[in-house]
Amino acid sequence: MADQPIPALEVRNITKRFPGVIANQDVNLKLYPGEILGLLGENGAGKTTLMNIIYGLYHPTEGEILVRGQPVVMHSPKDAIALGIGMVHQHFQLVPVMTVAENVMLGSEAVRNGFLDVGAVAQRIHELSSRYNLDVDPYALVEDLPVGVRQRVEIVKTLYRQAEILILDEPTAVLTPQEIQGLFQIMNLLKEQGKSIIFITHKLKEVLQVADRIAVLRQGKVVGEADPRTATQASLAAMMVGREVILTVDKKPAQPGPVILEIQGLTARNDLGEPALREVSLTVRAGEILGVAGVQGNGQTELVEVLTGLRPALGGRITVQGKDMTNASPRQVTEEGPSCHVPEDRHAYGMVGSYSVAHNLVLNTYYRPPFAQGITVNEPAIVEHASRLVKEYDVRTPSVLTPASSLSGGNQQKMVVAREFSRPVKLLIAAQPTRGIDVGSIEFIHNQIVAKRDEDVAVLLVSYELDEIMALSDRIAVMYKGQIIDVLPREEATREKLGLLMAGVHPDEAASSA
Amino acid sequence: MNGDASPIVRLMRALLIPVLALIMALLLGAVIMLVFGDDPVKAYRGLLYGAFGSGRGWATTVRKMAPFILTGLSVATAFKAGLFNIGAAGQFLMGTIFSVFVGINFQGLPVFIHLPLALLAGLLGGMLWGAIPGLLKVTTGAHEVITTIMLNYVASLFAGWTVYAGGSQGQTPGPLWDPTAGPISETPDVLPSAQLPWIFGPPYRVHWGIVLVLAVVVLIWWLLYRTTIGFEIRTVGQNLKASKYAGIRVNWTIVLTMILAGGLAGLAGGIETLGVNHKFAPEFSGSVGFDGITIALLGQTHPFGVVLAALLFGALDAGGAKMQFDSGVAADIIQVIQALILAFVAAPAIVRSIFRLKRTPEQVKPTVSTSWSGPG
Ligand SMILES: Nc1ncnc2c1ncn2[C@@H]1O[C@H](COP(=O)(O)OP(=O)(O)OP(=O)(O)O)[C@@H](O)[C@H]1O
Ligand SMILES: [Mg+2]
Repeated sequence: MADQPIPALEVRNITKRFPGVIANQDVNLKLYPGEILGLLGENGAGKTTLMNIIYGLYHPTEGEILVRGQPVVMHSPKDAIALGIGMVHQHFQLVPVMTVAENVMLGSEAVRNGFLDVGAVAQRIHELSSRYNLDVDPYALVEDLPVGVRQRVEIVKTLYRQAEILILDEPTAVLTPQEIQGLFQIMNLLKEQGKSIIFITHKLKEVLQVADRIAVLRQGKVVGEADPRTATQASLAAMMVGREVILTVDKKPAQPGPVILEIQGLTARNDLGEPALREVSLTVRAGEILGVAGVQGNGQTELVEVLTGLRPALGGRITVQGKDMTNASPRQVTEEGPSCHVPEDRHAYGMVGSYSVAHNLVLNTYYRPPFAQGITVNEPAIVEHASRLVKEYDVRTPSVLTPASSLSGGNQQKMVVAREFSRPVKLLIAAQPTRGIDVGSIEFIHNQIVAKRDEDVAVLLVSYELDEIMALSDRIAVMYKGQIIDVLPREEATREKLGLLMAGVHPDEAASSA
Repeated sequence: MNGDASPIVRLMRALLIPVLALIMALLLGAVIMLVFGDDPVKAYRGLLYGAFGSGRGWATTVRKMAPFILTGLSVATAFKAGLFNIGAAGQFLMGTIFSVFVGINFQGLPVFIHLPLALLAGLLGGMLWGAIPGLLKVTTGAHEVITTIMLNYVASLFAGWTVYAGGSQGQTPGPLWDPTAGPISETPDVLPSAQLPWIFGPPYRVHWGIVLVLAVVVLIWWLLYRTTIGFEIRTVGQNLKASKYAGIRVNWTIVLTMILAGGLAGLAGGIETLGVNHKFAPEFSGSVGFDGITIALLGQTHPFGVVLAALLFGALDAGGAKMQFDSGVAADIIQVIQALILAFVAAPAIVRSIFRLKRTPEQVKPTVSTSWSGPG
């Protein structure tokens, strides 16, 4: 941007204080028309808060915002929308029981002769959808849509309201690699149409691929800008965290012991009643990490839910340390495994937003001493436990009594991980354990997983990120359409081979062509 | 939404909506009086004086407060588990009938056995009536709002039948009917050994029930906030999936909560009967059960908040007569005010927009209520 046009959006000296935290301090940023600005920063650095300010959800404590050169004051997202600002939140805001069209018109209802004009909205959605390759059906019910499509609905919603400035807060955290590439194409199309985008992510290679300019926040302050043409993942990581980050995991060869988890011929259905697991068999030994690779939606979610007692098994057998655990309750799995579970969806399963960090940290152990004596809850013990874990796992929160909902997304995830990793177990089941977590903390969590392995814990790791699977696993199982189509030792698993297997290519063919 | 705010700030925040709702309701009530040419200042002065201006006023307020606390607590407790108990009215009636049954029978038992037995019967009657919708919900998925409403009718008809005086054509009278009452449908008085003794006798008529009720409030507070059972109840109410993940037996917790809620409303019926009415007649039913909904919401579903809200409702009831006497405003306006309070507390959005209160981002999100839906 040599000729420096008027920025589409500029924030000047923005400061935002919450009780006990300064979320943003003296932030200055410019966003030019037709530009994608990548915004990086540690968990709790203040990215979401800054975006919420731009979107009119929060009032800045100090500072001003300029839209197309004009200072503006926003009281609510309505004002922001009127100024052409749209936001896709870290957590979606759609009403599941409504159609796409109804969701899109929510808050800006089209009315004809006193009736809602859904037809006109649907027509407009069609236009937008084809112009930007969004591929959304206006009449589909949101609850039937996969995550990737829901996100495109959110984008349509902003475009329907004629957004010129789009804020995308960690949009890729919930997408498959294919969907991510699709999103980038959409973003580039939008950019070519002169729209400006702020794109938040924790995945450094994504910003390097798609951003025109990168800004880094640390502890609420802008600590620098980077040019994606010259920056590297390592340089960005160092800028974010303020120290060198080791992006690869350093681990000794595994020393597998006895079989801890044995799964034989497991079958189960998904929420829609369709077969999700078709005769899955797997073993995980003490002291090894078994990575389950695969494109999201091939039965991994259901596999973990069945193993942890959250979904019934229709057939097959699960044993943990020789004990039959088929269709055991979640409590039995926790107690008798003994095992722990980092759930894939932290908001649905992993936490209670209105509860304090301390209570969330005993969510599934609240009934055990010292947290409970008989039926009475021992608050001091809970608080003490929480203070220890928050420090150990670097969960950034003003206090352990803060409600979990006011933590940043990544810190919520760290809280869940801290709770699960801090118990002595024989079996660790982790689904997407580093979703939404910054590079520095990923390093820490990965090291913790390896440390668990070295303590002879059997680890079942489900991740949609091949990098994570490759970095941690001792053996890799590939799931496709509810089946384990192959299990490979780590040494034999190349990226290409895994890619083919994940696409459903038969193992023999994959072996010969990779 | 900041958990680290000081307790005082949090308390103020909790009180904000209820207090504003009350102010709005009183103001609108005043407007209505003005429209009808009455003097609201005189009316409210009378109301206040009637409720708190004399020993008898206070006594009436406190006496009326007792059942309000328990039905409010019943609805509030169910709310904690995400359940909407519309059935406090029916549970109250069942408690009444059970207590009366024990109270009019068992001649010769000493007070210290007969009275607790009669109270326990009320508790049980309510528990039974609460357990049914709980069980229906977890076994068939039937929504508790529907089933509790239906059970209210069943309870009301059942109660009516038990005291049915028989007809002129010699129909069989109900089993609890008092034959000495002639054509009037009512039960005999409960035996003195089953009556709650006075703290202050007539003309004040304050009985020991209020002390019992306050003890129950503390017990429920302790149960909800200081025990693992309360943790389970609240977790089920906050996030069903997370409670399954946490290993909580969700179905059991739902049934248990409904039993608890029913028991509280049933106990209200028992106490009201053994302490004040000393018998049951269909016209005693009143609206205590339904008022429990307003009281629970006004009290922000917190046990101590419920006590404050019940105090207000007790005062409104107690002061009504004096208000009517002093100002000529019909005491029915009280019900209008109570309904307005319900409207305002149930719709905090209205209050927020009238007073231009800032919402926190959490509240801006479209909250798709999961709390009132089934465990599915
Ligand atoms: N509503 C709130 N009340 C109190 N504190 C808050 C609130 N929202 C955010 N914070 C605090 O502000 C800080 C910045 O949070 P923010 O959500 O902006 O981080 P973030 O950069 O988006 O992190 P992440 O990468 O984990 O999503 C955190 O310390 C968080 O605890
Ligand atoms: Mg964030």
